[in-house]
Amino acid sequence: MDSVTNILLSALVFSPLLAIIILAFVPNHQGGAIKQIGIYGTLLPLILALWMFGSFNYNATALQFVEKHDWISIPIGLAQTGAVFTFDINYELGVDGISMPLILLTAIIATLAAVASWQLKKRQKEYFILFHVLLMGMLGVFAADNLFLFFIFFEMTLVPTFFLIGIWGYGEREHAANKFLLYNGIGSGIMLLAFIVIFIVLRTMNIEQIATILSTPEHPAAAALSPAFRYGLFLALFIAFAIKLPVFPFHTWMLKVHVQAPPSIVMIHSGILLKMGAYGLLRMGIGFFPEQAYSFSTWLAVLGIINVLYGAVLAFVQKDLKMVLAYSSISHMGIVLLGFASMNSIGFQGAMFQVVSHGFISALLFFLIGVIWDRTQTSQIDELGGLAKSMPFVSGILLAGAMASLGLPGMSGFISEFFAFLGLFGRMPILAAIGAIGIVLTAVYLLRAILRTTFGQTPGRFEGLADAQPMEVIPMVVLLGCIILIGVYPAVLGNPMQQALKTIVPIVTGIGG
Amino acid sequence: MDVKDIFSYNWSYLLPEFIILGFATVLSLLDLFAGKRLGKQVIGWLSLLGVVLAAVFVFVNVNTLDKPYSYMADMIRIDNYGNAFKLLFLAGTAFALLLSLSYLKQREVEHTGEYYYLLLTGLLGAMVMASSADLITLFVGLELLSLSSYVLVGLRKKSLQSNESAFKYVVSGSIATAVTLFGMSYVYGLTGTTHVYEISTKLAEAGMAGYQFLVYVSFAFLAVGLAFKISAAPNHMWAPDVYQGAPTPVTAFLAVVSKAAGFALLFRLLLISFFNVTDGSSRFFFDHGSLYLGLMAAASMIIGNTMALRQTNVKRMMAYSGIAQAGYLLVPFVPPTTLFFSEVIFYLFGYLLVSFGAFAVIMVVSREQGTEDLKGFAGLYHRSPSLAIAMSIFLLSLAGIPITAGFFGKFYLFMSALAQENYWLSAIMIITSVVSYYYYFGIIRQMYMRPGSSEASLYVPKGIWTFILVMAVATVFFGAFPGLVTDYIQAHFNPSFDFGNMLPPSFR
Repeated sequence: MDSVTNILLSALVFSPLLAIIILAFVPNHQGGAIKQIGIYGTLLPLILALWMFGSFNYNATALQFVEKHDWISIPIGLAQTGAVFTFDINYELGVDGISMPLILLTAIIATLAAVASWQLKKRQKEYFILFHVLLMGMLGVFAADNLFLFFIFFEMTLVPTFFLIGIWGYGEREHAANKFLLYNGIGSGIMLLAFIVIFIVLRTMNIEQIATILSTPEHPAAAALSPAFRYGLFLALFIAFAIKLPVFPFHTWMLKVHVQAPPSIVMIHSGILLKMGAYGLLRMGIGFFPEQAYSFSTWLAVLGIINVLYGAVLAFVQKDLKMVLAYSSISHMGIVLLGFASMNSIGFQGAMFQVVSHGFISALLFFLIGVIWDRTQTSQIDELGGLAKSMPFVSGILLAGAMASLGLPGMSGFISEFFAFLGLFGRMPILAAIGAIGIVLTAVYLLRAILRTTFGQTPGRFEGLADAQPMEVIPMVVLLGCIILIGVYPAVLGNPMQQALKTIVPIVTGIGG
Repeated sequence: MDVKDIFSYNWSYLLPEFIILGFATVLSLLDLFAGKRLGKQVIGWLSLLGVVLAAVFVFVNVNTLDKPYSYMADMIRIDNYGNAFKLLFLAGTAFALLLSLSYLKQREVEHTGEYYYLLLTGLLGAMVMASSADLITLFVGLELLSLSSYVLVGLRKKSLQSNESAFKYVVSGSIATAVTLFGMSYVYGLTGTTHVYEISTKLAEAGMAGYQFLVYVSFAFLAVGLAFKISAAPNHMWAPDVYQGAPTPVTAFLAVVSKAAGFALLFRLLLISFFNVTDGSSRFFFDHGSLYLGLMAAASMIIGNTMALRQTNVKRMMAYSGIAQAGYLLVPFVPPTTLFFSEVIFYLFGYLLVSFGAFAVIMVVSREQGTEDLKGFAGLYHRSPSLAIAMSIFLLSLAGIPITAGFFGKFYLFMSALAQENYWLSAIMIITSVVSYYYYFGIIRQMYMRPGSSEASLYVPKGIWTFILVMAVATVFFGAFPGLVTDYIQAHFNPSFDFGNMLPPSFR
C-alpha cells in the first residue's frame, strides 16, 4: 500500500497520458471511438483523485503524498562575489488541504467537460488529445510543490488552451486565443521573474521551504530581504495571478475567451483555470509574504469591491447570456479577493469555498448555455424566451444554477459568500458593507437574464425543442449535486481546508495582532 | 622559426582542421576532374564523412587535452573553449549538409560541387575563429568564413533574389570586416602586438597610462564589426535580405554556424583582452564596458522581436527571430560570470537543434508551395500532421515555452541575469519574449487554423522526415533533461582550464 501511495500523486498527474497515447493510435475518422476514449480517459484521473481524497488525512497539517526526486542541478554565478552556487531544481509534488479539493474539482469538472464535448463535430482526435494535455497541466499546477514545476505545469495549460479556443471556438475564436495567449504570457513572465528572484535569494524552489524560510527572520537569507524588496516580490506575484483571476483592469481577455471558446472549454476555463490565479495568490502571494499581503489588504478589498460591483453592473446591461455569465465570473472572483482581504481564517475559508463553489456553478451554467446554443444557435437574451415550455428540465436546472450563483442558502454559493463577508466584516466593516451590495445586484442581473430566457413568450421557432438528453443530464445532475452537497454539508470542504489554512492564518493573524 | 620547430609541434591536435581542409581540397579537385561521372550526391556524402571524422577527433581532443596546446605563439590555440564551439560548428555543418543533400535535388543550384566544398571551407574558417589567439589568424578565419558564405548565398545563380542577397551580403559584409579591421588596428596601435594574451597586459598598461578612451574606441569598432557576424544590433540589417535569398540550408548555416563563430571570436577577445584592462584602481572595462554589450543585447531583442511581427516571409521572420536570439545570447555577458560559458553553449546547442529543425520544415513546405510566404503554412496540419507538430515544437522552443531545450536555455540565461541583479535586461528579455509569442504563434495559427490551398497530403522525403523527427525529439528531450548537457559542459569545458589566471579575478 505504501508503495502505491508513494507514487499516487504522480500517477494522478500523468494519468491523462494514457488517453493521449491511446488516442494517438486511433485513426482520425473513428469519431465515435475517439469520443469514448476521450470521455472514459478522464475517469482514470477522477478515480485516482477520489481515491486520494478518500485516503487524505484531514488532521495533518503537513503535505501529504509527498514525492521528491532530483531533477536538474545547474550552477549559477552570483553578483559581486562571483561565487558559484549549484542550484537544485527537484521534482517535488505534494498536496495539502487547499490543493486536495482543487484537484478533485479539476478531475470532476474535466470529466464533465469531456462529456459536454460529446457532440463535437470536427477534429475530435486533436481536441481530446489537447484536452488531456490541458488536464495534465491543471492537475500538475495544484500538485506541484516546487516553483519550477508549478511554472512548467502552468505553461502546459497555456498552449493547449490556445488551440482549444482558436480551433473549436465561435466566430472570433482566433482573436480570443491570441488575447488569451498574450495576457497570460505576460502574467507567466512576471511570475517567472518573481520565482527566479526568490530562487536566487533563498536557493530553493520548494514551496514549503520558501514559506518557512521567509517566516523565520533569523534565517540569513530571509534577513537579506528588505521589506521593500519583499513588497516588490509580493506585488509581482499579485499582478501575475491577478491577470489569471482576473482582477479588474486585467480582465478583458477573459471576456473574449468566455464568449468565443467552446462551452466545454469555458467550463474548464471558468471552473478551473481562473482558480489557478486564486490558488497561486493564496499559496505564493499570501503564503510567502503575509506581512506584505496584510498591509496590502485594504487594496485587496478595494480591488475586490471594484470587481464585485463592476462585474455586477455590467452583467446587468449585457444582451448576450454568455457575457452576463462572464461578468458574473468577474463579480464572483471579486468575492475571492474580499475573502483574502479579510486576512482571517473565516475569510480565507470563504475565499477558497468560493473558488470551489464558483468552479461548479460556472461550469454548470456554461454547460447549460452550450446545451441551449446547440438547439437554438443563439445566446442572445432578446432572441431567447419561453424555453421553460419546450425544455422544462434544462430551464429548471438553469434556474437552480442561478439560485446557487446568487447565494441561495442551502447551496454552495451561499456558504462561500457568507464566510467571505463574515470574515471581511470583522476587519473592514464599511468596505464589506459596500461589497455586500454586489450580492443584491447579483440577484437582479441573474434573475433578469434567466427569467427572460426561460419564461415569457416562446418564439415560434423554439417551440419544438428537445429537452435534455441523457448525456446532457449527467453533467447537470452531478454539478448540481456537488453544489448542493457543499451547501448543506460544507464540512466536506471545510474539514480538509481548515488544517491547511491554519498554517497560513496564524502567520497572518500574528502580524495583525 | 625554422622547419625543425614546426615539426616539433604535436600536430595531432589539429587533425580536425586538417581533415576538413583535406576533404575540401580533394573534393574540389574531384569535382573538377570527375564531377560528372561521380554524381553530385557522392560529393555531398563525402563531405559529411569528413565532418563526422573531424568531429570524432575533436572529441578525442576534448578527452586527451590536459592543458591548452599552442602552435606558433598562439597563432592556433587548441583549448576547450574552442573545442566546444567546434563541436557546435561541426554539428551545424553536418546538419546543413544533410539538408543540402535533399535540397539540391531540385536542380536550382547548378554548381553543387562548389556548394559542398564551400560549406567545408566556411566551416574551416569558423573553426579557426574559435581556436586562435592571434588577431591575424582570427581575421583570416573570419574572412575565410565570410568569403565562403558570400558565394554560398549567391549559388542560386538564376534567382534574382539570390543574386541580390549575395550582393548585399558582400557589400555590407565587406564594410563590417573593414570596421572590424579598423578596430583591430586601434588595438594594435595601443599595444603593438596582435597576440590576444599580450594585448591583455598591454591594454592594461594603456589603461593605466590614461588611454581609456582609446580602449573604448577600439572596442566599439570591434563590437560593431563583429555584430555583423552574430547579426546583432546595430549591424543586423543585412540578415533578413540575405536569409531570404540564400538557399535554405545555407540560411540555416548562417543562422547557426556563422553566428556561433562570431560569438566565439567576440567572447574570446572580450574575455581575454578587454576585461582585464585597468586604470590602476579598478578594471574599468569590466565594470562599464559590459554596459555596451547590454545595450546591444537590448536593442537586438527589441528590434528583432518587434520587426518580426510584421514579416510575411517566413525566412525573413526567422532572420528577425535570429536577431532577437543574438540579443538573448549577449545577456550572460552583462556582466559575465564563470558560467557564461555553460549558458551560452547550452543556448547555442538548443538553438542549433531548433533552427535546423525549423529550417528543414520551411524547406519542405516552401519547396512544395513554391513560396516562402507565411500563408504557405496554411492548413499544414491537415496535410502532414507530423510535420506540423514538429514545427510547433520548434516554434515553442524558439518562443521559450516549456518543455523544450529553448525554454531551458532561456531560463538559464534569465536566471543568470537575475543572479547578476541585472534587472533591466531581464525585464526586456521577458517582455520581448512575450511579444515574440505573437509571431511564432502566427505560424502555428496558419498551420492549424487556416484552410490550406489543398487538402492533399504533403510528400515529405523519408530522409528529411527522419531528420526533423530527430530534431523535434531532441528538443523535447533536452528540455526535460537539460542536466545531461550542462553536466557535460561543466565537466569538459571549464573556462578556467583554458584561461587560468588570464581570467578576471571574479572568474576563477
